[in-house]
Parts: sequence; structure tokens; C-alpha cells
Amino acid sequence: MAQMNLLHAINNALDIAMAENDSALCFGEDVGHFGGVFRATSGLQEKYGKARCFNTPLVEQGIIGFANGLAAQGSTPIAEIQFADYIFPAFDQIVNEAAKFRYRSGNEFNVGNLTIRSPYGGGIAGGLYHSQSPEAYFAHTPGLKVVVPRNPYQAKGLLLAAIRDDNPVVFFEPKRLYRASIGEVPEEDYQLPLGKAEVVKQGTDITVLAWGAQMEIVEKAIEMAANEGISCELIDLRTILPWDVETIAASVMKTGRLVISQEAPLTAGFASEIAATIQSECFLHLESPIARVCGMDTPYPLALEKEYVADHLKTYEAIKQSVNY
Amino acid sequence: MRALLQSTHLTYGQKTQTIIKMLGEFSDPILDTRWLFVSLVRKADNKENVMNSEVYKESPVVHQPAFIDGHSVEIPILKILQQDGSVYDGADLPNIDQALATKIYKTLAFHRVLDERMVGAQRQGRISFYMAALGEEAASVGGAAGLEDQDMIMAQYREQGALMYRGFALEDFMNQMFSNEKDLGKGRQMPIHYGSNELNYMTISSPLGTQIPQAAGYAYGQKLQGKDAVTLCYFGEGAASEGDFHAGLNMAAVHRAPVIFFCRNNGYAISTPSDEQFVGNGIASRGVGYGIKTLRIDGNDILAVLKATQLAREYALKENKPVIIEAMSYRLGAHSTSDDPSGYRTREEEAKWQAHDPILRMKNWMLANKWWDEEQEVSLFESLREEVLAAVKVAEKIDKPPVEDLVTDVYDQVPKHLQSQLDELKQHIKKYPESYPFTAGRIK
Ligand SMILES: Cc1ncc(C[n+]2csc(CCOP(=O)(O)OP(=O)(O)O)c2C)c(N)n1
Ligand SMILES: [Mg+2]
Repeated sequence: MAQMNLLHAINNALDIAMAENDSALCFGEDVGHFGGVFRATSGLQEKYGKARCFNTPLVEQGIIGFANGLAAQGSTPIAEIQFADYIFPAFDQIVNEAAKFRYRSGNEFNVGNLTIRSPYGGGIAGGLYHSQSPEAYFAHTPGLKVVVPRNPYQAKGLLLAAIRDDNPVVFFEPKRLYRASIGEVPEEDYQLPLGKAEVVKQGTDITVLAWGAQMEIVEKAIEMAANEGISCELIDLRTILPWDVETIAASVMKTGRLVISQEAPLTAGFASEIAATIQSECFLHLESPIARVCGMDTPYPLALEKEYVADHLKTYEAIKQSVNY
Repeated sequence: MRALLQSTHLTYGQKTQTIIKMLGEFSDPILDTRWLFVSLVRKADNKENVMNSEVYKESPVVHQPAFIDGHSVEIPILKILQQDGSVYDGADLPNIDQALATKIYKTLAFHRVLDERMVGAQRQGRISFYMAALGEEAASVGGAAGLEDQDMIMAQYREQGALMYRGFALEDFMNQMFSNEKDLGKGRQMPIHYGSNELNYMTISSPLGTQIPQAAGYAYGQKLQGKDAVTLCYFGEGAASEGDFHAGLNMAAVHRAPVIFFCRNNGYAISTPSDEQFVGNGIASRGVGYGIKTLRIDGNDILAVLKATQLAREYALKENKPVIIEAMSYRLGAHSTSDDPSGYRTREEEAKWQAHDPILRMKNWMLANKWWDEEQEVSLFESLREEVLAAVKVAEKIDKPPVEDLVTDVYDQVPKHLQSQLDELKQHIKKYPESYPFTAGRIK
């Protein structure tokens, strides 16, 4: 075991993936010599050479189009989009190409080897274009897997699984936690399962569900609730698509209550999808309406970020309201 | 008409032109009617791709394969002013007199001082972020100086000099950077994302390259409405890799938009040097590919920048066609306050470019013309530093925007669901006022 921050854990996973597989390539804007603007790919070019870890021209559609080609050819591209806010120029290559490659060809061709990494999320005074959480756009796309880790241990295990998974995976990294989140991480190879949520803390009164950086915020809220004698079951969804209905439903059957907290705006966010499914799976077990604590339905602001976000206080209030319903 | 349509010795373009002329003479020149005939020509001309076949006709025919080298287009670079302040022999000066020169020089000085102070303010934690344009100020200031006030400027983010030239007040810069309630952008965007409708300076958007096709559209609208105005669009050589760059140039060329594409080629896109960004002959060579009039200039030469922009404006307006200018420069500072260039380039490389300081170059010219002296120089920089410092102190004390600003401008009017989200938020803030110190005190 070693102490790693989230960036080190990502870097370590990439290192393992490149060492075991000569066809694994890491590329994106500023990814090469410099090691990426957050330094997630630090040292990889020195270790594996310029042919396998490199800067690309500044063109996201090019990066993912290139990656799709490589994946179709049998290589293992691990492409970085510098900020999730800048993934949209590549939307066509992801949504119309990567996601449908296998289906449209009757599995004559596929891009299952593709992994797209991108830092997402707010809380860093980034304003409109360095803060977004765009997972729901991709969750609406059959053929993709969408994964969001919450800490260094999760990040390494889930990223290795994503790289080895035989489907295109969009892997959103919580950039607010890149250096802030530090934890014990095994230095050796390990994987954590995709499509599986994790019950982080057992509880009896209410299920609280989140993913990625929001987990840290929700943890504060359930501590506040615990002081009021409310026992929360905390779940990290981990994989947004395809998501683990079973684990969530089993928990809600037990607690009868669910609060979902997400960074992204409320309307048509992934919390809405979860609420709809759990409502039909657990209808007779529900003691109160499923609550969603989300960003507001506006672009991500700067000066009023504190007011805008789904913080621990708003989550705590929702927990209380649900329990007192 | 039929004879014309069927003629074989006229090209598609010639036929179209003739028809447009005929219709202009004989009937009401409604565009739609003309285009109907133009499409008739297209049908009458029995070739798959009319435009291309015209180009092919002009090609010399060879019977041995003859590849054209990617670098076969030689692109000269315009230089007017030397570093010591003397003008190159035979160089044509732009239209400039002492008043204009002084205005430009004062703007350059203001630019340098503001950047210097705000990088400092960021280090002190007073603002969250800043982007300086050290060493490439001439490109933005000179570009704006070559325009008229009614021309639209659509910039990338490192062109605060153009906005300064247009007269954006020091307080306006400060209010934006401190995201206070007096910021025209209502404190919503990161520092340096300025914009002013009054000054025809489009608000900056972080996603790169997006303004390039927008500039083509904006300029096309200016043309259709018969405005005596063009659009100038700034972007970096890095952003020129984006798909939007290619889309924008082609749209502008095909639809004849009076837009000036102004590329600041400063050698880097964050850590990526331009030789890892593209292999072709700079950005200028692409202008040639899209059939756009192209000029490469020394971007640290204020007179070359001014001359180029003045000519480009005249041409764009008269011909209703785009122009592209590639200004060669160097980003002497860090990409932003979040960046440290020592991780990707050497001090020696930077020192080489320090010797090409565009502001010093202009100063030398001003001194040689006796339009400026050292005394003026000292007092200008001194007073600018004081003004900027004082403005920082004022702006940082101004309140953040009111909480209501969270939900305005998402749409033209606040829809119901946002109003109720706001009401709910206000109730919540009242419950935990100490957690929302910027807004709690002002909620009724
Ligand atoms: C679509 C998009 N991708 C990536 C970024 C991140 N980014 C911001 S500035 C920059 C480099 C731009 O370089 P260049 O266009 O040469 O302008 P310069 O910074 O040199 O003025 C990058 C990659 C972005 N803002 N938008
Ligand atoms: Mg650049």
C-alpha cells in the first residue's frame, strides 16, 4: 500500500496499463512531455516514448476520431479530454461513432478498447466552462459505459477495469479531488467492477446515493444527520451507465427512503433516471417521495457558486425532510 | 437565355454572372429570383461538380505524377519597424499620425501595467485567475487600431489590448476580474472573460475556436444589412486546430463574409509548441487553401499590424470577402496564472524573444519621431501603476452580485421552475446565513 492522491492513482493505473499492453496509448492536449495540465500523464512519455504518449493538436473531435480509429484497428487508446466542458466538439465521435460502432456493423467492427478520460466538476472557481458535470448526456447513449470514481483507490481500480473493458468507456475524474483526496492505494494491479455500486456505509433510516466528488459532500451531510440520530445508508453509484439497479433497490427496500445528490443540474440529470426506476422497483416500500438534491437549472456560475451547488446543507435538509415526511 | 445556358465556352461562374447582370437590368433584382436562375445554370451545366471542374480546367495538364510539396507555397512576412525604432527601407507606413500613435502607445503601456499588476494580484490571492499577453500586446492593440469603432471584435481571451483600445474603463476590467455586482457579465465567468455590447466587443467564451464560424456569420449579417462594418476575429494558432476554425474559414469564403481572421501565432498552446500543433506552413497556408486573401506579418511590429488590419478592413468591406492575417509572435509569459512554463521550455528561448519586445520597439520609433520622451514615459508608467492599484482596492470591496442573478439571463425571462428554485434557495440561505456570507445579508 502507498499513500496516493487521486492524480497519482490515475497515473499509476495508466502506467500499469501501458506496461502490460504495448498497444496502449495515452494522448490528448498537453499530455506528452508536460504530462497534462493536471499532470495525470506525468512521466509516461519518458517511460514509454513519444509514439505511445503524445500531445495532439488542439482538436477534441480529432482526438476522439483518432482514438476510434485506433480502437477499431485493435490498439488500446486512452484519450484525454482536457476538461469535460470541452468534450462537446467530440460529441459526434462519441455518441454517433464510438457508441454505435459495434451495433451498426453487426459486431464486424467495434471500438471496445476505447477509454476517454476527462476531469469534470465544480467547486474550483471555474465558472461556466471549467465546472460542468456532463455525465447525463452520455448516459443517454446506449453503447457507452460511463464511470465516475470518488477517491484514489476507486480511481485506480475502476480506470484499470475501464481500460480493459471491451466497450467504449467515458471515465470522468473529479478534478476538485485530484490533489485533495489522498488515500491508501495498493501499488500492484487490481480492478474494481464496472456496473456495480458500492455500499460505503450501512444504515437503516434512509438511503443516500451519489457519485464522484459529490460523495465527499454527501458524507458531511450524513454526519450531520447522524448527530440527529438519523442512520443513513450511503451508496456510491460508481458506474452511471449501465447502472446497478439491484444494489440501490435492495437498499431502498430496506430503508424505504432515497435521497440522490448530484452536481449536475436537476432537470434530466441522471438522478431523475434513478428516481424513476427506483420508484417503480420499490413503490410499495417507499415511505416518502424520492428526493433529488442537484445543481440549479442554470449554467454553472462563478461568483455565486456557493449558492448554486448541491452542498452538504441542502443534502442534509433533504435527508431530514424525507425522514420527517 | 437558353443559348446562354447551353453555351459550352462559358464557365459556370461566367454564366451566373451574366444572368445576374441581365436580371438586374431587366427585372426587379430580388435575390430569390436570381438564385432560381442560378440554379438553372447549375442544372444546365451537365457536370457533377461545377466549381471543381473549373479549377481543374485551370490546372496545367501533366502525364507524369507530380506531387505538390506541402510547403510549396512561399509565404512572405511583412515587417515595417525594426527593433531600434527605424523603419525598413522601402516599407509603406500605415495611416498614422502623432495622435493615433500616442493613443496606441498609451494603450500598450496600460496593457503592460495591468497585466503585471493583475498577475501580482492573483499571486496575492486577490483574484482567482489571470491571463497576461506579455510580449504580444501589439497584435491586439494594433488590430483594434486598424478598425473603426462600429466593427465587431470577436476575441479568444488574450486580446484585452483590443478592448483597452476601444475604451473599456479600468473599473470595468476590475469589476469583471473581481466578479462583483458591477461586472457587465454579472460575475458569471472567470476573470478576463470581458465583453461589451456598447464597444462592439463580443463577450469571451472559453471553449476554443467557437467564435470563428460565429464571426463569419456576424460579418455576413453586417454585409446583408449594408453596414459599414466588418468583424475581426482573433484566435491562437492552437485554436486554429479546432474543427470550428476550418468550418469558419470555409463558410466565410463561400458566403463572402467581410471578416478579418486574425491569428495570433505565439508559438505555444499551453505547453504544446507550434511544431507539435501543425506541420504545414503556419496558419497562413490554410487561408490559401480556402481561397482567402492571406497576409503574414511580424506580430511584434505595431506598424505592420496596423497596416495589415487597415488594408484588410478596406478589402473586406469593398470586396465582401474574408481576409486572414497571421501575426507571428511569442507568448513571453505563462499561459495563465495556473501555468508554469519552466516545465516545457527554456529560459534561453524566452530570452531570445525578450529582445523583440513590441512595446519597446514602438517606443523607440516614437522617440525617433520626437513624438514621445523619457519624461513622459516615466510619468505615464508611474501614474498607470497607481491607477491600477487604486482600482483594485475599489473593486475588491464591491459586493458580489445579488442571489437573483443566478436565475436571470438563462432565458429572456425567468421561467417558473427557475423562480421556484430561487425561492427555495432563498429560504435555505435564510436558514443557514453564515454559510452563504456573500448573499445572506441581502435576502429579504
Ligand atoms: C475546446 C477547448 N479545448 C481545450 C481548451 C483548453 N485550453 C485553453 S487555452 C488552450 C491553449 C490555446 O492556445 P492558443 O490557441 O495557441 O492560444 P494562446 O493561449 O497561445 O493565446 C487550451 C488547450 C479550451 N479552452 N477549449
Ligand atoms: Mg498560441
